[in-house]
Amino acid sequence: MADKFEPQIIGFCCKYCAYAAADLAGSMRLSYPSCIKIVQVPCTGRIDVIHILKAIEEGADGVMVAGCLEGECHFLTGNLKAKKRVKYVRKILEDIGIEPERVVMFNLSSAMGPRFAEIATEMADTIKKIGPSRVRS
Amino acid sequence: MIIAEKKPIGEIIQEVKGYKRLLILGCNECVTVCEAGGRKEVGTLASALRIYFMKEGVEKQIDERTLERQCDHEYLEEIRDIADQYDAILSLACGVGVQFTAEKYHTTPLIPGVNTCFLGANEQRGVWTERCQACGSCILARTGGICPISRCAKRVMNGPCGGSSKGKCEINKELDCAWQLIIDRLRDLGRLDDYEIVAPIKEWSTERSGGPRKVVRADVQVSA
Repeated sequence: MADKFEPQIIGFCCKYCAYAAADLAGSMRLSYPSCIKIVQVPCTGRIDVIHILKAIEEGADGVMVAGCLEGECHFLTGNLKAKKRVKYVRKILEDIGIEPERVVMFNLSSAMGPRFAEIATEMADTIKKIGPSRVRS
Repeated sequence: MIIAEKKPIGEIIQEVKGYKRLLILGCNECVTVCEAGGRKEVGTLASALRIYFMKEGVEKQIDERTLERQCDHEYLEEIRDIADQYDAILSLACGVGVQFTAEKYHTTPLIPGVNTCFLGANEQRGVWTERCQACGSCILARTGGICPISRCAKRVMNGPCGGSSKGKCEINKELDCAWQLIIDRLRDLGRLDDYEIVAPIKEWSTERSGGPRKVVRADVQVSA
């Protein structure tokens, strides 16, 4: 049963780095788990607590927020704001008895295609280990 | 404005777990500005509660609504037609809003979702500090616009106590001594002589010690 579990992971990816990196991974013919559903955002600073919570509420097993390397945000500090919000969401999840590891923030640059494939795999493995979300409407 | 902070979610879960249909009611005023009970916080809390109860396998209806104010009859009337559809209302307004809603919807249980803290200012995004204790007889004119009632731990009226050191208060080294601030400002205003004037005994009956207060302005009242 556990082997059959195919997680649903929402990946909020910044247009300037992670999304481009995912694109590059594709161009490089690198494979990464198909369970990651990518949502392009103009900057991870656009991601609010409610976006992540809604993903979990709607049944996502995991959420990854992928933004630029720290200090290299196209909008200067969007990724640092996202980092704080991810931390806040993890605290909420912990308080309501959901594994906080289901929500993770990654930082990478647009040139890091292989790294994108790596973090996507890493995220899928983490969620497979935790198991399916118990939140199902 | 009134400053409040969100109650721990665990406490809220304990309070609401017995109710099947719940309305989370936000307020568009002070609690929105201090990011404790506005539309956004209503959404976040509603989502977190839905996640929790779904995970527990408990079926619950959790709806969201945010009123312009919960301390005014006319805005509270906006939920008149839907209030009885809920087993309880979880209000994210300050203590005033929660009580006013409870008075208006007498048979619906009301649960507070925030802790009302003080009257304060937006120091910076995410930081609020106390500025007023609503003592009912303002003395800011002679204290250089800095309030020793709300900003001095001892509420002393005639200069700093012995616990003032290098401009900071003895209860917390981060906290400015209110009287140091008053003296500095009076000096900058060229009014340091005012500091020598002994303050008259303060009228405390206008403060809470005189019991619950009421302000009436007959000239603006609509009813005869």
